[in-house]
Amino acid sequence: MGCHLCEYYCAFAHSGKIDMVKAFSGDSKPQPRLTIEEGDSINFAVSCRHCETPLCVKSCITGAMQKDEDGRVFVDESRCVGCYTCILVCPYGSVIPGKEKAIKKCDLCIESGKPACAENCPNLAIVYEERG
Amino acid sequence: MKYVIIGNSAAAIGCISGIRTIDGESSITLISDEPHFTYSRPLISYWLKGKVTDDKMYYRSIDFYEKNNCTALLGKKAEKIDTNAKKVVLEDGSTVEYDKLLVATGSSPFVPPVEGLSNANNAFTFLNWDSAKAVKEAANKDSKVVIMGAGLIGLKAAEGLHEVCDDITVVDLADRVLPSILDAEGAGMVQKHIEKEGIKFLLNDAASAVKGNTIVLKSGKELAYDVLIVAVGVRPNTGLVKDAGGEVNRGIVTDSRQATSLHDVYSAGDCTESLDICTGQSKILALLPNAYFQGETAGINMAGGNQTYDTAMPMNAIGFFGLHMLTAGAMEGECFEEIDENNYKRMFFSDGLLKGFILIGEIDRAGIYTSLIREKTPMDQIDSNLLKVNPQLMVFDKKARMQKLAGGK
Repeated sequence: MGCHLCEYYCAFAHSGKIDMVKAFSGDSKPQPRLTIEEGDSINFAVSCRHCETPLCVKSCITGAMQKDEDGRVFVDESRCVGCYTCILVCPYGSVIPGKEKAIKKCDLCIESGKPACAENCPNLAIVYEERG
Repeated sequence: MKYVIIGNSAAAIGCISGIRTIDGESSITLISDEPHFTYSRPLISYWLKGKVTDDKMYYRSIDFYEKNNCTALLGKKAEKIDTNAKKVVLEDGSTVEYDKLLVATGSSPFVPPVEGLSNANNAFTFLNWDSAKAVKEAANKDSKVVIMGAGLIGLKAAEGLHEVCDDITVVDLADRVLPSILDAEGAGMVQKHIEKEGIKFLLNDAASAVKGNTIVLKSGKELAYDVLIVAVGVRPNTGLVKDAGGEVNRGIVTDSRQATSLHDVYSAGDCTESLDICTGQSKILALLPNAYFQGETAGINMAGGNQTYDTAMPMNAIGFFGLHMLTAGAMEGECFEEIDENNYKRMFFSDGLLKGFILIGEIDRAGIYTSLIREKTPMDQIDSNLLKVNPQLMVFDKKARMQKLAGGK
């Protein structure tokens, strides 16, 4: 549909705020960690695929980008200097420059365990499931 | 099985990880002439300007050696490989036996044969942590700094020192900055951006002599300095393999499994040559990701696996004073460009393929371009007009998109 709700819910989920309206009021709007691609006849959301062979992790110059034992690819923001090597190598374009120096990417909403984009997609276009 | 690795940076760490995907048991011994736990070399300029603290310099968590059952011999220099006895001889005379050996010795700064330079006062190279520490020790707010070399290392040194020193001049024989990764116009944009910070450039010129604390340039100009940084290039450390009779061109020669011509000796990283898939040429690609992939490939093969690395290409992600640039591939062929005051995009096409690109400023999702180069995706299979607008997955047809996004790879 191209409703962008996933973007809002993603940004809100990582904003540290309890109230969604408050999260988006003020100057520093929280950033989503996914990208919506919009075409003439189709729209879709692209977020990190948490690749089995993550080029971003292997290419990271500082060791900030890592894959945990559950297969989740995450960034230790305190060790990211924002060189953007991960943006240069990610085939999906799923790593996003941060407003601060560290890059932003999908962490599968590790804190809640339920990715907010999938939870709040009204069309069930985004699903969270294991594949391959 | 006894694995031995000479080196302690990306290629070495990649090798350990590669070995451990197959062999979780056997001992790994790592030999490094630096005294440090594995750290990230590209971070030294960030460390110099105080943006990265000591504890964030490390490339892996501090229990990495222990977790991987790896004995690290730090501050020990490997002097010789005895391929008959299958052992590495260290500078102190001790030996380390190997069944499989990785040579990941990296490169060393090249100090050009300029009169008076080799014993000049306060002259430093800028490649490892210790050299950055020496620079930090020598430089203060009032130091006049001259940097020889406007390449990646020279400009990163300039950025790092900018926090510390007010007066920085960069000299290079080339007619532009970053000649190895940018074309003339892109380089001009980056140079202007750096000049705004007060850093000065003297291009088309080079040192002909160093006398006391003065550099005499080929043009006849003289530059007084307090701190001199030599960053004109690096040379691969090929000596160990060469002396043992292994094949060496400009760098150590390996096959796509990272094996050298010496039995049971592998090599990876900045000391080796890579096959550039964009040009088909063998060349030194001294890039951290390349080193990691080579090292990992070597490790898997050392442990009995069968892995090839055949996707190497030039690739750079770097930024100066908030201006980012991402480049990949070969800058030749038909060029598509879109340039305005703040953004610079050039894409290069030939043989129906995307061969390379330069992005400065706007760099979002550039990896989609890189993957098209890596995969050699024919442009007639995608919407190449849309591709020129922005990197996006919409350029693929529905089937390819489904495979990419929902294929579960």
